[in-house]
Amino acid sequence: MKFTEEHEWLREEDGVIVVGITEHASTQLGDIVFIELPEEGTTVSKDDEIVVIESVKAASDILSPLDGEIVEVNEMLADEPSKVNDDPMGDAWFFKIKPSDPSQMDEYMTEDAYNKLIG
Amino acid sequence: MGEDLNKTPFYDMHLINGAKMVPFAGYDMPVQYPLGVMKEHQHTRTKAGLFDVSHMGQVILRGADYASTARALERLIPMDVQGLAEGRQRYGFFTNDAGGILDDLMFANRGDHIFMVVNAACKTADIAHLRAHLEPEIHVKEITNRALLALQGPMAQAVLAEHYPPIVDMKFMDVDTIPIAGAECWVSRSGYTGEDGFEISIPQAAAETVAAALADHADVEWIGLGARDSLRLEAGLCLYGHDIDTGTTPVEAALTWAIQKSRRAGGSAAGGFPGDTIILDQLAQGASRKRVGLTPQTRAPMREGVALYASEDSSTEIGTITSGGFGPTVGTPVAMGYVDIEMTATGTVLFGEVRGKRLPIQVSPLPHTPSNFKR
Repeated sequence: MKFTEEHEWLREEDGVIVVGITEHASTQLGDIVFIELPEEGTTVSKDDEIVVIESVKAASDILSPLDGEIVEVNEMLADEPSKVNDDPMGDAWFFKIKPSDPSQMDEYMTEDAYNKLIG
Repeated sequence: MGEDLNKTPFYDMHLINGAKMVPFAGYDMPVQYPLGVMKEHQHTRTKAGLFDVSHMGQVILRGADYASTARALERLIPMDVQGLAEGRQRYGFFTNDAGGILDDLMFANRGDHIFMVVNAACKTADIAHLRAHLEPEIHVKEITNRALLALQGPMAQAVLAEHYPPIVDMKFMDVDTIPIAGAECWVSRSGYTGEDGFEISIPQAAAETVAAALADHADVEWIGLGARDSLRLEAGLCLYGHDIDTGTTPVEAALTWAIQKSRRAGGSAAGGFPGDTIILDQLAQGASRKRVGLTPQTRAPMREGVALYASEDSSTEIGTITSGGFGPTVGTPVAMGYVDIEMTATGTVLFGEVRGKRLPIQVSPLPHTPSNFKR
């Protein structure tokens, strides 16, 4: 599993990358009340704002960590956004992306490096 | 951060209780505690929440007697101050010559003087305004040696009754001096959450003792500014600087209920406050826009600044959201804002533009949640 400085986790699964946010990020955001996901089939570029997360406090964006195609989104989150607070590293993944340049994964952190980042 | 920010007497207690502190109106204030905004909100609606509101301004106006002090204050606010009974409090606001609102406040008849609570961000200007416009015989004193707590929620009375059993006899908007944990507290049965509750002015030296005595109760949790905002939004209460300001009149803001009969045309003390011509005219004729409750029809919250339109493709803005977010008790997004008067009927569907998309939002009654005041 890899981690971004934007507090996303990336897990490879049969050639696609599953993306979610870390426990640390979900705690910092507070109670999540709304999530807007991209449409399946969308072609995205790295750093595109593709997910909107609204907590009781504010709205935040999630950037695409990779170039590629969104092949699946987690529809459950539309109805149960609070799942991201309950299980951010597991069931509450956001989307699956088929990377057009898998080497982009190399620039992201290991779990150890990420844990050091968040101290 | 924090170096040049004021601290309330409860600052250390907030840190001990794990609060996340943020700058607010020049003070380092708790925005949330480990419970989090959602649970703090629910706790206040179901049990009792303790809020540090010491940043707000506490002011005493004292003239020769109550009547002369009341007459003086009536020149700055469109409320019936003279007719307010001793031991009672009212909501009010300072107006300007354009009929706009300089600040909103609470004022109480304390027998021989008036006690006021004003917003933190406006208190310096309010005090200057009072001193500039009241006659020199009316002494304006800012109380800086008392802390202010709000205890809000259905269990608030039971919590205070453990310290002072006769508290149960106080009605909504009553004020009294009562002992809590040995301190002489000025208490009003009021608040800004839509729940029953109390605001408690405490001598600074006893502030932590009183707060600890209340916070130690099993049904009481400290509540931060985050939940304070969602609670008052659901309760349909205005936040100064957002829902009301110098550019909104009381009629536009749907606060005409706070202007008593005596100050209206034909009343015993009609007019005689800044902007009276404009405000009395609007009371008779209506205003061209009005503050209304708004309920987004999708799960997407619509926040302050979202522009409103009559249809999905109209290019004419017909209103703006001034407060919006998620309503934890309602369970959906809630909002309020100003809308052209033709569009203010309950049930009217408007469209708010969020991230380039027009989403439906319905005009709805305020409050979003029923109030639970003890009348």
